Amino acid sequence: MNLDFSDEQKQLRDQVRRFLKENCPPAAVRAILEGGDAYDAKLYQGLADLGVLGAAIPEEYGGVGLGHLELCVVAEELGRVLAPVPVASTVYLGAECLMQAGSEDQKQAWLPKISAGQAIGCWAINEGSGRMQPSKVALTFDGKTVSGSKAPITDGEIADFAIVLAKEGGELSLCLVDLSGNGVTREALDSIDPTRGQAKLTFDGTPATRIGSAGDGWHIATQVMDRAAILIGFEQLGGADRALEMGRDYALDRMAFGRQIGSFQAVKHILADMYVSATLARSNCYYGAWALSSSAAELPIAAATARVSATNAFQHCAKNNIQVHGGMGFTWAFDCHLYYRRSNALALTIGSLSTWESLLIERMSAGNVEAAA
Amino acid sequence: MDFNDTPQEAEFRKEVRSWLDANAPKHLEAELKRASFGSNGLESEDPIKASKAWQKKKAEAGWACLHWPKEYGGGARSAMERVIWSQEEGPYAVLSGLFTIGHGMCGPTVMEWANEEWKERLLPPLASGEEVWCQLFSEPASGSDLAGLRTKAVKADDGSGDWIINGQKIWTSGAQNSDWGLLITRTDPDVPKHKGLTMFFLRMDSPGVKVVPIKQANGASGFNEVYFDDVRIPDDQRLGDVGNGWKVSLTTLMNERLSIGSGMSTGFPELFKFCMDMEIDGEAATADSGVRSKLAQFAVKQSGLKYTGMRAISALSKGETPGPENSIGKLVAGATMQELAMYALDLQGEAGVVWNEVSPQNGRFQAMLMRSPATRIEGGSDEILRNIIGERVLGLPGDIRVDKDVPFKEIPTSGKAKA
Repeated sequence: MNLDFSDEQKQLRDQVRRFLKENCPPAAVRAILEGGDAYDAKLYQGLADLGVLGAAIPEEYGGVGLGHLELCVVAEELGRVLAPVPVASTVYLGAECLMQAGSEDQKQAWLPKISAGQAIGCWAINEGSGRMQPSKVALTFDGKTVSGSKAPITDGEIADFAIVLAKEGGELSLCLVDLSGNGVTREALDSIDPTRGQAKLTFDGTPATRIGSAGDGWHIATQVMDRAAILIGFEQLGGADRALEMGRDYALDRMAFGRQIGSFQAVKHILADMYVSATLARSNCYYGAWALSSSAAELPIAAATARVSATNAFQHCAKNNIQVHGGMGFTWAFDCHLYYRRSNALALTIGSLSTWESLLIERMSAGNVEAAA
Repeated sequence: MDFNDTPQEAEFRKEVRSWLDANAPKHLEAELKRASFGSNGLESEDPIKASKAWQKKKAEAGWACLHWPKEYGGGARSAMERVIWSQEEGPYAVLSGLFTIGHGMCGPTVMEWANEEWKERLLPPLASGEEVWCQLFSEPASGSDLAGLRTKAVKADDGSGDWIINGQKIWTSGAQNSDWGLLITRTDPDVPKHKGLTMFFLRMDSPGVKVVPIKQANGASGFNEVYFDDVRIPDDQRLGDVGNGWKVSLTTLMNERLSIGSGMSTGFPELFKFCMDMEIDGEAATADSGVRSKLAQFAVKQSGLKYTGMRAISALSKGETPGPENSIGKLVAGATMQELAMYALDLQGEAGVVWNEVSPQNGRFQAMLMRSPATRIEGGSDEILRNIIGERVLGLPGDIRVDKDVPFKEIPTSGKAKA
């Protein structure tokens, strides 16, 4: 049994961590929060140069050809530092979708650019408020063009291509849209986490090509989101661990009533519970990583398990990090709110917590009861 | 990443399987699998006899006390081999419950602190299950604060060198079935509490020892009170120096059985099956969105513990020491089971209040409800476990101990307000 990363993968983690320490300090995240840019373009290019964006993309498509375990390692590190870059949209969703279901032309057109940091993608599924579900899709694909609106779309403002869920006749299809084409309108949306931009995209007869077969849209989208859920789970895990460390460090540093506040059981127990939720999430994410890297039959269950557990952990750790900091945690100047914002934004992306809870039990019921043990 | 055995592990697993296949008490398998929560559930045979018979069989073939050296009746196996054994032993492991404390805690303490003569006398029959041990540590007034114990040991005034014990222990599992007990006492009340303790072992049939079962809140009696009334112990049954009992007790407590790989039960598989079988408004309960959310939260705790265990096994398999992540096991399992039991009863509606043979799964969830408060206290309460995680894993400072340098006899014994 080996439910752990290899030494080489751990070396990659250390390398990425060093790179991010240098190139993505809290000030860089704050610059996106407070400044006018939608993402950190220099950091993103740096990640491309490091080979991180193409880690799981085969060499024939300009990638590095490592694998998904390496991508999990990278995702955790990006999550730790709240990297304000569109990796989830472009790599976990965009590249994964193309690798899973794209045509040779589609792969050749975009995968090399994704690896090189020259193309940003977005995952355009949502149409307004409420749980994501097939019946809500109104945007249409006529075989050549798409028309309609999608919102909210993470990184929609800066993306070069979009993967769009559309109605084709009476069925749902996934489409690939070059956003430099005609009839694209973008509108930035204010959000709880400005370090990952949100936008509304409107298409009016915009040229598009189908990904996979007609009517396969929801099926492909589900498969892609399962894979992305594990990678985003690792981002959440990284964020949870860092929020726990911040709380622990503050509890060691801060004095009250003549002692370190971490010596008070009321504070110590909050931190112990944060460790518990982060540990459960790590173990569940490793299960997800195994399923992702081996394309195991358990992948759908493992994905939902990792996703629910990682969402729990990041929200739990980020909110309690503020609690441990007390009033200082609620100031703009401290970084606690950056983690709080990201934890709540990530809890909603590609399906909210209750959506994944429901998926997990639906899949366990459909599968075998064995999965419950 | 993979869940596969190494070739050596697979070889060992094969060996274990074939021995179990030929030797396990298969006539008890069904009954052991049905074991209700908190007992081994044997009715067709005397549970003690069945446990001893299985242990003896294992010992004769070299499968007893895998972590002990061979000269004391153990198997001298690696930690990874122990994990594989326990995975394969499956339902028959329930029969080892009688020996858990002896093999996991008392034995290692004897091994570390007793002289060679005693080790040769005590350890082999403990390994083979011929003699059962219990641990006499907790007292009514010292649970989490174990070092505050009051059971007194004083030198007999007849020049024999013997010790005379008076006092009371509590929460002693298996005292009524035990041949020997590991006993921690106070020999000096004039020094701070940790410094005046001394460890002994004694025959449980010594004159003056009285074992009284405790009727628990759930109506069962798995634990005992043990009273000592002028019990005499020879000085050569002392473990470690006089006044060094705290250090000896740490050997015992650090040897708490490695639960790695066995994974503590949360009750989730049972709840999931219950929900698969039950209907709400003509549909399976698992189709209800409220039920799904609750089940999913229990499910990720169950799987989180399972894969945390597997991460520890992975470390063992590579010859490394597992990290601190296993410290979450009982904390998560206990609280989850309690909450889960309440939810299972909630799904039964008002009928959840009924606890009899027609209750779903033979009343298993009602039994969990009534037993789970103990899981959150025994072997380190939730609060103590959180302190351990906070201090040993996260490196937070310990609480200030106001009784640390105070002579034991001056420590207040009652919190009642003075009139």
